[in-house]
Parts: sequence; structure tokens; C-alpha cells
Amino acid sequence: MYSRAYKMIVSLPPLLWVGIFLLLPYALMFAHSFWAVRQGALVHEWNLDNYKMLFSNPVYVQVLFRTMRIAGAVTLCSLLLGYPLAYYLSFHAGVRKELLYQLLIVPLWVSYLVRGYAWKTILGSDGVLNGFLQYLHVTHEPVAFLLYSPFAVVLMLTHIYTPFVFLPIYAALEHIPRPLVEASQDLGAGSAQTFFRVILPLSIPGLLAGATFAFVLSLGDFLAPLLVGGASGTMIANVVQSLFGAAYDWPLGAAISVCILIITISLLFLTERLEKRWSFK
Amino acid sequence: MSSATANPAEANSAAPGALLEVRGVAKRFGACEVLKNISLNIAGGEFLTLLGESGSGKTTLLRLVAGFEQPTAGEIWMSDERLDTLPPYKRSVNTVFQQYALFPHLGVRDNVAYGLRVKNTPANEIAGRVDEALRMVKMQEFAASRPSNLSGGQQQRVALARALVNRPQLLLLDEPLSALDANLRKQMQSELKALQREIGIAFLFVTHDQEEAMALSDRIALLRNGALEQVASPREIYAHPATAYTAQFIGQTNLLRGEVRGSIATCGVLRWPVEEADGPALFSLRPEAIRLCADGKRQTSEVKFRGAVHQQIYGGASELLEVNCGSGQSVRVRIPARGPLSGEHDFVFFTADAIPVRE
Repeated sequence: MYSRAYKMIVSLPPLLWVGIFLLLPYALMFAHSFWAVRQGALVHEWNLDNYKMLFSNPVYVQVLFRTMRIAGAVTLCSLLLGYPLAYYLSFHAGVRKELLYQLLIVPLWVSYLVRGYAWKTILGSDGVLNGFLQYLHVTHEPVAFLLYSPFAVVLMLTHIYTPFVFLPIYAALEHIPRPLVEASQDLGAGSAQTFFRVILPLSIPGLLAGATFAFVLSLGDFLAPLLVGGASGTMIANVVQSLFGAAYDWPLGAAISVCILIITISLLFLTERLEKRWSFK
Repeated sequence: MSSATANPAEANSAAPGALLEVRGVAKRFGACEVLKNISLNIAGGEFLTLLGESGSGKTTLLRLVAGFEQPTAGEIWMSDERLDTLPPYKRSVNTVFQQYALFPHLGVRDNVAYGLRVKNTPANEIAGRVDEALRMVKMQEFAASRPSNLSGGQQQRVALARALVNRPQLLLLDEPLSALDANLRKQMQSELKALQREIGIAFLFVTHDQEEAMALSDRIALLRNGALEQVASPREIYAHPATAYTAQFIGQTNLLRGEVRGSIATCGVLRWPVEEADGPALFSLRPEAIRLCADGKRQTSEVKFRGAVHQQIYGGASELLEVNCGSGQSVRVRIPARGPLSGEHDFVFFTADAIPVRE
């Protein structure tokens, strides 16, 4: 159909893009993780010290585990919010469907930073939530743990990533042929049985895709812990950021990044396998 | 039934002798009136077909009985149970869907077992009944397959087994054969009919294919724009269509528009004695009711006319002639295949075969 020259010209921009902005930086990061810093200068000396350091220093391991716990909590919370939302919208919203869908998507258009600062205003000791609690006489002085805590990070990330979880689940639910639901009812299954025996199993690919979004995006997030996390809410990306910045230890930062990358890629690989297993024509 | 139920609108069970009674049912979607005051009975073991064009409301009527839609007016009774107020999962009817609607995440066996599982049937009973249902539709060897690995006809059989395993008194079938190719369709038609006779449950069958309806049904209910046009056995509805629409929808016909005066009907060049009262009249005359009269001799009570063969369409065992019988009037005649014809010929038909029909 098309000539060779045409195919080459057309495929050049994406290849260049992937090469310059993806493969090259990753290769550099990978190389850096095996180098060292001596007397404040980077030395190109191949060694495994950064990885040894990473796994022997309890601080890094602890932050890594906390990060996974926070990402896990965000995933769970946004699934618990996103799935029922998607289910309601797809099966029961009727004429309100279009409007509700838009309302759910609109927050995605608002800057991440703005939403972060909004949470600061809500959760702070003289913030909206504390003022409200005191007005109701539920508390008599500001509750401190609301802001600058892992709780705040989970709350903010859940708020931000719930639409990302909602969308693939909604798409999966919309693709379930409605005659299947009718067939289930016809065969004697009520709403609950129809949900657990037909709708939930057929929406698993969407559920997995949503969960992967929430977990992977949370895992690499550094703005939420920076804005509302405080010391107890520090996540692994903050460590990487400080190693590349103030601490000037690029090799160690690169080693941590490689670890995160490996975790992320294995996770994507795993969920892709699972999604395939649960996909039906 | 006693005289207390003489007014059917007050009866709290289906009409005497009927398994299902649809009583004055109407359905409206917004401003669109899809069904208008439908009353229809189905007897136990009967094969009743809802026949109509797309948009005639036949599928809506089936969905009302299944419970997927709520009637705007009227009632549906099955024996002494009022159906239209029950959700679909509490109705003792089962449906075979147009596109089969097999659960893609379940194997054939689990699909068939679904209805029994959700009703918490004991496992050993499920196994027996699923085997029996699969045997009925000759699909035992595919019990372990996935629906996506089956052909259309095989999926159709599984869908049947999945419905029949619940032993409904009434099976609803929504154009179940329309997705199959012509040969398979004919084969499935005869299997379906044989199966229905064997198990003896009532079938409410929806189709737009009049040949299919004729081949399968005990009775045909012809729907037109949401109203019942005629309900009768295939032979009755073909031989004595009540309306011009029925006559044209079921088989081919010649509609003769004319006038009756003094017990003589006149339609163009055709004139014959009738018993109808004076006034404008419409008659249906099937093409095969007219025969070529080679010797020009008509029997008593036959009407003879002369016409030129204008077109001849060969159809294997028979051929269809388009005959001009003068002053622009054209009549279709079906005769046994006999080779090319041309020029003017004599044709005859029995006056009894010209059936008076309403508009």
C-alpha cells in the first residue's frame, strides 16, 4: 500500500520521541544507579553500593513500605468510591447520566496544585473542617492529625485519583450487554445475585485497570506528601527528589527510581495478565 | 368458571382454559403508543406466534410478559397469578433471547445451571437436570465448552437448554432464529417444533418471518402498529384473512377493489356473484386460486377472464404470472411450472376463493 520511504517518514517522529524522551533518560538513570559520588563529585565507577545502601538502611525501606501502604489505601478507597459511582451511573442514573458523568470529569480539568492547596485550607488547624467541628462542639480545640499526616495524603490522593478509577470501571460496565442482565433476572436472579454473578465478574478488567491507575500514580506521587503529608507522610518520591536536589546524591536517587520502576513494571505486567484472563468476547 | 367471572375485567385468574391471559394491555413510551389494548390468551402446550413488521410491538409484548417492561394499562395473568406486578425474577416464564445472551464468563454447563443455582437447588439435582436439558438440545458433548467457541446454532441450543432447565410452563422466544443462516434456520425450525411437541410446554414465539410463523405455530397473532390485526391458526389466517393487511402480509395475494350491486361484485373486468350487501368492497384472491384454463371451459361457480401474460417469474415447482386483463388491471397468477407462456389466455377462479376483506 504505502512506500517504504513514506512509512519511514511517518514512523520517525514517534521513534525519535520515544528514543529521546523515554529510552535515553531511562538508560541514563540506570547507568547513574551504578555510579558513585565522592567529595561532592560524580564518579563513573561501576559498583552496587547504592543498592546495598538502599536495602540495608531501614529509613529507605521504611519509606518504601509506607509509600506502598499509602498507595494501597488510596487504591482501596478510590475503588470503594469509584465502583459504586460507576455502577450507579451505568445502570441506574437514567436521564441524569450525562450530567453526572460531566460532573465527575470536571475536577480533572482543575490543576492538581489548586486541589492540593484546597485540601490544605480544609484540613489545617484553622481550616474549614476544624472550624466546623468546633462549631458543632464535636471538638474543643483543632484536631492536629487532619493535616500533615498519611491520612491527609490518602484523602487528597483518593480525591484526585477516584475519577481515574471511575472511568475504566464505567467503560467496562457500559460494555456489558444489557440482555445479559435481563437473562440473569429472567432465570430467577434478583439484583444482588445478578450483580455478583454477572456484572462484577464482567467488570473485572475495568476494575483492575482502575486499581492499577490509582496504585501506580500514587506510588510515584510527590506533590501530595509535600503539600499535606508532613514528616510522617513522606513518600519515596520525596526521598528521590531530595537526593537529586539538596543531598546531591544522584546515584542513590537513581537506584531508588530503578526500584520503583521495577515495582511498577511488574505490577503492570501482572494486572495485564489478570485483565486478559478476565476478558471475554 | 362460575358466572361471577363473566366479566373478565374482574377475574383474578387467567381466562378458563388459558395458561396465560393478556388482558387489555397497553404500553406507551413517552408520546409513542407501542401497544394498544391487547387481549390475548395462550393455552397450555400451545405454540403461539406473535408476527409483525419491525415496530409492530411484538417484541414489546413479549418483554411485558417476561417482565422487562411494565404495561401502561391492563393486566397479565398466568393461571391464578398476576404477572405484571411481579419483577422478572419472580415470574415462572423463561426467555430465549435474540442474540442468545449467554454469559460469556461461564462455560456451557454453568450457563445452563445458572437458573437452578440462583434458586439454591441441591447440587446433585442440578447435575441431573443440566444433563437432561443438554441432552434435549443435543449439546451434551459441548458441556465443557465456552460459549465464544460455539457456532450460532450451538449457542442457540444452549440458550434453549438454559431456559428449559427451569421447567417453565411458558417459554418466550424473541426472534431466536433470525441470526442463523437460511439452511440452519430451516433445520432449527423443525427441531424447535419437535422439541415443543415433545416437552409439551407453551411457546410464545416472536418473529417477523411469516413463513416461519406458518411452519411452526398452532396459532398466529398478527400485530400491526401495536394492535392485533388477526389471531387464528396458520391455515385459517391464510385461507380467510380478515383484512387486506393480513392477506398481503401472509403470503401473496391479489387485492381486488370494486363494488357490489345487486349481489354481483364488479372489479374492473371481473364480475362474479356474491352474498355481500351493496356498496364498495375489497376481495383477496390468492394467485394460486387462479388457474390457467387451456380448453376455455369453466366449471359452474367459476369465473372466467381473459388476459395477456405480461411477465413470467420461474420459481422451481411453480411460476408466477403477471397477467394484464385489460384497462390497466393486472392480476398475479401462480401455476404449476409449465414452460414459457405468451399472448392471451383464459384464466378461471372459484367465486368462493375471492375472500371479502376489511381495509
